[in-house]
Amino acid sequence: MPSTREFICVTCPVGCAISALVEGSELIEVHGHTCRRGIEFVREEISAPRRTLTTTVRVSGGALPLVPVRSSAPLPKGRVLEIAAFLRTVVLTAPVEARQVVVADVLGTGVDIVTTRALARAEAG
Amino acid sequence: MRRRACDVLVIGSGPAGLAAAAQARRSGAGCVLVVERNPEPGGILPQCIHNGFGVRTLGADLSGPEYAARWAAEARAAGAEIALDTMVLAVEAGPAATVVSRRGVERIEAGAIVLAMGCRERPRGALAIPGSRPAGVYTAGTAQRLVNVEGYMPGHRFAILGSGDIGMIMARRLTLEGAEVVGMFEILPYISGLRRNLVQCVRDFDIPLHLCTTVTGVVGRDRVEAVITSGVDERWRPIPGAEQIWPCDALLLSVGLIPENELSRAAGVAIDPLTGGPVVDEGMATSVPGIFAAGNVVHVYDLVDDVTESALRAGRFAAEHAARGADGAGPSVRVAPGENVHHVVPQRVHPRRLAAEEVPLQFRVRAPVEHAVRVEVRVGGRTIVSHRERYVRPSEMVTVVLRPEHAARLAERESLEVCVIA
Repeated sequence: MPSTREFICVTCPVGCAISALVEGSELIEVHGHTCRRGIEFVREEISAPRRTLTTTVRVSGGALPLVPVRSSAPLPKGRVLEIAAFLRTVVLTAPVEARQVVVADVLGTGVDIVTTRALARAEAG
Repeated sequence: MRRRACDVLVIGSGPAGLAAAAQARRSGAGCVLVVERNPEPGGILPQCIHNGFGVRTLGADLSGPEYAARWAAEARAAGAEIALDTMVLAVEAGPAATVVSRRGVERIEAGAIVLAMGCRERPRGALAIPGSRPAGVYTAGTAQRLVNVEGYMPGHRFAILGSGDIGMIMARRLTLEGAEVVGMFEILPYISGLRRNLVQCVRDFDIPLHLCTTVTGVVGRDRVEAVITSGVDERWRPIPGAEQIWPCDALLLSVGLIPENELSRAAGVAIDPLTGGPVVDEGMATSVPGIFAAGNVVHVYDLVDDVTESALRAGRFAAEHAARGADGAGPSVRVAPGENVHHVVPQRVHPRRLAAEEVPLQFRVRAPVEHAVRVEVRVGGRTIVSHRERYVRPSEMVTVVLRPEHAARLAERESLEVCVIA
């Protein structure tokens, strides 16, 4: 039986309120989006929702103790907490480059975890 | 005291300062100097490790550090100099500034100054939350700095007061770092941040959101042990019997951002009491000749893309002022907030400048309306611009554009009014 579900798209900061007629993981009708990405968002949300992960990873010998990282693509929503917990066990060594791959294909998702800034070695003394 | 001169001096190297500096150089300013009190540029962006930056201006979905790096590179490539670990002590008409760094105290005379100091968070003291003074009460941005830059967890079990974006972002951040967020409490009947954050930061992690609820007390002597909340009525008065106690070891406050204008006030810059920021015109010029302002120091934006655009404007006009001095733009018209409008920026518009270039007016409504409304600009009681918005919320800034053809309607007028009609 098709049912109406309400969504707020998270693709961009507008956050369109989208109303969709859904049957299981099939999208029948969609209203309220202001661009095509909203349709894609709802389609994914009802079948295999994904989220971008942004967090930090420890760095030893760096000018700062952490470096921010992001998933190179959205991850399966249900695995985000598990991946965040795994990343808490990773320690990099300075210097670190921007866009450096920290973990390739993290936990078999096909998505890499990359740094979002460079971090120099701590100055001696 | 050492002295130096430059064409455009920018105070702050956050997204506003960096964009203003880059644009000032591109607009022909010879010497553009950015002064930054931190050891690296970017302002608040280095601690904003989440994505969502640059969607509109760059067509990219960057994290704060990436956006900061992009604009620092732009500013430097354009030939702006960024002086780090340099704090501005005073700004004065001239314009000129007194700064201190490892080199000592210096006086800098500038053709123009762009104020880009950003904003600060509203602290507990301003909220007068009763209770003792245990460790563990932080503004959400302080917690963000501790977690994302310093590498500390400020607690294990958090209560969050306020549903601003920083609070929602931190609700997710802390959960990702293994902490528990017992609840988010918002005094209004709606969230004060972006809806996308309600989904991706609060609902995604099953964090309970309690609207029409506020924190009425903090329990704990040396360390927070619990917070007391109460449901409130529409006048924010606690409802008897609606009290709850939540064991936790930290309370985060996300209850508003305030433009940081200590330097501006001391320089004699006229401040709009509705925004807490300088009164500016369409070129982001303040009431003091040669002093401009851009970004959150003017009024708090929702999106960094809008900060960048305001700063590009300020940089352009600052460079022009540095080169040619005050340009005799003629009389200006006051922009007043009308029905359901809280404030509008810019607060003044020169019809002569509008005749040459469109002017976007940015405003926030006082109260949300969740159905279609008309946004109108009125002069002398007559509507000159009108457009429809699907809904309006205080948390989402709205833009209405004045076009060159409207300039004639503003001649000889003292004010125009922006209204939202439900």
